[in-house]
Amino acid sequence: MADVILEMKHITKEFSGVKALDDVNLTVERGEIHALCGENGAGKSTLMNILSAVYPYGDYSGEILYNGEEGKFRDIRDSERKGIVIIHQELALSPYLSIAENVFLGNEITNINNVIDWSKTRQKAKEILEKIGLPDENVNLPVNKLSVGKQQLVEIAKALAKKVELLILDEPTASLNDEDSKKLLNIILGLKERGITCIMISHKLNELSQVADSITVIRDGKTIETLKKGKDDLNEDRIIKGMVGRELTNRYPPRESKLGDVAFEVRDWTVHHPDDPERVVLKDVNFNVRKGEVVGFAGLMGAGRTELAMSIFGKSYGTSISGEIYKDGKKLVLRDVQDAIRNGIAYTSEDRKDYGLVLINDVRWNMTLSSLRDRFSRHWVIDKNEEIVAAEEYRKKLNIKTHSIKQITGSLSGGNQQKVVLSKWILTNPDVLILDEPTRGIDVGAKYEIYEIINDLAKAGKAVIFISSEMPELLGICDRIYVLNQGEIAGELDKEDFSQEMIMKIIMSHTRREKPTI
Amino acid sequence: MNTSSLAKKKSGSTDIKQYGMLIALILIYSIFNLLSGGKNVSPMNINNLIMQNSYVVILAVGMLLCVLTGNVDLSVGSVVAFTGAACAIMVLDLHIPTPAAFLGILVCGLLVGAWQGFFIAYLKVPAFVVTLANMLIFRGLTMVILGGQTKGPLPTEYIQIGAGYLPEIYTNIGGQKIELLSILAGFIASLIVIYLEIRSVNKKKSYGFEVPAAWQEVLKLAVIILIINFFTVKLSLYNGLPVVLALMLVLIIIYTFITNNTVPGRQIYAVGGNEKAARLSGIKTQRVMFWIYVSMGLMSALAGIVLSARNASATPKAGDGFELDAIASCYIGGAAALGGSGTILGAVIGALIMGVLNNGMSLIGWSVDIQRVVKGLVLLGAVTIDLISKKKAS
Repeated sequence: MADVILEMKHITKEFSGVKALDDVNLTVERGEIHALCGENGAGKSTLMNILSAVYPYGDYSGEILYNGEEGKFRDIRDSERKGIVIIHQELALSPYLSIAENVFLGNEITNINNVIDWSKTRQKAKEILEKIGLPDENVNLPVNKLSVGKQQLVEIAKALAKKVELLILDEPTASLNDEDSKKLLNIILGLKERGITCIMISHKLNELSQVADSITVIRDGKTIETLKKGKDDLNEDRIIKGMVGRELTNRYPPRESKLGDVAFEVRDWTVHHPDDPERVVLKDVNFNVRKGEVVGFAGLMGAGRTELAMSIFGKSYGTSISGEIYKDGKKLVLRDVQDAIRNGIAYTSEDRKDYGLVLINDVRWNMTLSSLRDRFSRHWVIDKNEEIVAAEEYRKKLNIKTHSIKQITGSLSGGNQQKVVLSKWILTNPDVLILDEPTRGIDVGAKYEIYEIINDLAKAGKAVIFISSEMPELLGICDRIYVLNQGEIAGELDKEDFSQEMIMKIIMSHTRREKPTI
Repeated sequence: MNTSSLAKKKSGSTDIKQYGMLIALILIYSIFNLLSGGKNVSPMNINNLIMQNSYVVILAVGMLLCVLTGNVDLSVGSVVAFTGAACAIMVLDLHIPTPAAFLGILVCGLLVGAWQGFFIAYLKVPAFVVTLANMLIFRGLTMVILGGQTKGPLPTEYIQIGAGYLPEIYTNIGGQKIELLSILAGFIASLIVIYLEIRSVNKKKSYGFEVPAAWQEVLKLAVIILIINFFTVKLSLYNGLPVVLALMLVLIIIYTFITNNTVPGRQIYAVGGNEKAARLSGIKTQRVMFWIYVSMGLMSALAGIVLSARNASATPKAGDGFELDAIASCYIGGAAALGGSGTILGAVIGALIMGVLNNGMSLIGWSVDIQRVVKGLVLLGAVTIDLISKKKAS
């Protein structure tokens, strides 16, 4: 019999009468990496919140056996004392405090009089950082100076400082690029060797099939199955089948591309950093997009893809911008976002919650926001009835799952929020759409629908620029891919040459070539 | 049709909130009616209620826009005093004709607003700091230009706007003196309300949206018309329609229309709800911010004129604490402290709740000290209840 560290039995949790979890069972063996899979809203996070006592004992029915005894955790501290630590998707670091301070946040090393022992704090922090592969990091640095990837590692260091036995990671790699993700996964594998048990929630199935020892699939609040390494096949298709309850034979909808003339062209685009005008963020970028074409932008985190998109979109990013933009052969001057919209350019941000939606307002309200002046008003007076008609039309067209167009967007799932953002921009009737990570944090089913929307846009003759950190998705739906690296176009790939290796090769060789000159 | 029944549902929920506040207002009014032995429904008291609260209502209307962006304007009390003082000086010392002085002061209000808006919108100095600084600046300037003295008395034509009445036509029915124009105004207002409602229903029908049942419409209209005519009849038994009432109504209608039905209004909510998303949606957020404070400046100047007219003089201490009354009105009226949600009508009802409380407590002889405590508790209670009910809903 295997050594079981955690057993959750018959867990049922209701939210005002709706069952979020229905008789869920989860068994985790000591020292394994146990993945939790399921579509958004399947109940993964709820289950983990029960385990870490975000929902305390008594708030749910069922039983938790931890190290053989029943765990009745009253609050997070209670579960942490037992060695259960959860790292949420949204990082819980205090941005202006140093690495050392963050590592011991709420868990400070003190001497007798509750006074913080700084030298010991720093020394211990350094020791922990060494364990997770950051031996050279200055522990006095404020964490907001670190990359997202490193901040994630600081979170893990924080967990280690608490003498963690069971570490729960909620989407740890969601905001990381492939390289940083790989690093993080290696560290998790390292933790496993130290005997720490991990439960990991992720949408990146390829990662899970690489590192997980077991995978439990949850669907609609119920456990569907647990797959074991060595016993079951842990490949992506197998997991997806469990998640959606059917075989998803093709993850990318088929499309026949019909390319027209060049619709959009950017020449010699150079952009400087907004806070530091000396620093070049983008250098002499040239690219074009044809009508009906989906052009991908690949690159590592920090390559400048979002900066490129936003600087083009009415100078929403950067200073001392130089270069030219042409649409249908005509030169455009875009001083602000309004100019960009008027000239038929749309941009959906990678961060839909912070930059895409007004979450306290409803679906209809958000959908019409960008086209309010030109489409839904006369002499500045809004025609609300027209708004309702348009919002209903797009709700049906894009299959947005909401009670009504009057539902607050903050209460929608990620996929549906993204569809609202897309509707909002389609309503501006653009010719060029720049989509920045449109499928980030969205479940498999919704992703497919987003791809279909992109295909439809291309079919209607729009020029689509598609930025993504997930290479398979770029390869799956683009006609052409530009590789951006360190603010420059490092290469361009046509469909025949598409492969992940090719993209990585371009990035690597470009980085090598560049290094000596910096 | 599915579409319309869903659309209807939500508009119902926002309505309920507004109705809730209205019911609270009526409830408070009724309680004080009992406590004061019916004194607070006397024609004279209703007249006083309107006159006393006019400036708070005017300020609350302007303040709501600031609150919608998640900010406040702390300078309004000082600006009210300053504009009132400047206007009195223009009329009394510089012998400028009253209408010209009024116009000049309104322009002055716009400039004060632009001055503040420039720092807030374009230099990105936090609104709290800018308006706090200007609260000191304009209170100081008021003292300086008045030389610490009260300026008065102001001429009759000046006082007219704060304490005067629209033209009056009296008649005698059964020994009771009745002013006919207010009765007529109530009648016309009722007709307009009916017309607008019918038009909106027909428009909805033409789009195929579902409309509320006829009895609901009739009930709603009946209540509104009853309230309108309650006031106009009461006023007709006193001196007729106060000028400030007309002024207030015009402002409320304009601002309600702007916030509900126009692109700039929608943009204010967008900036308040999520500034970054608003900017990326093509909204010139700095410009929106700037004009909000310009509008606040204008409202402050207007309140300054009304207040000095009602007092028939300008005093250095005028308008002290008005900013807090205006801000409290917005919050009591359901505006979110973080910005992005709130209505003009809510702010007006909030101002009236405060006014009715003040008035009622004065009538039953409670001291000003106690009144402050009660007002504070009402503010705390109203916002807390609002937050808890929101949490429950989500």
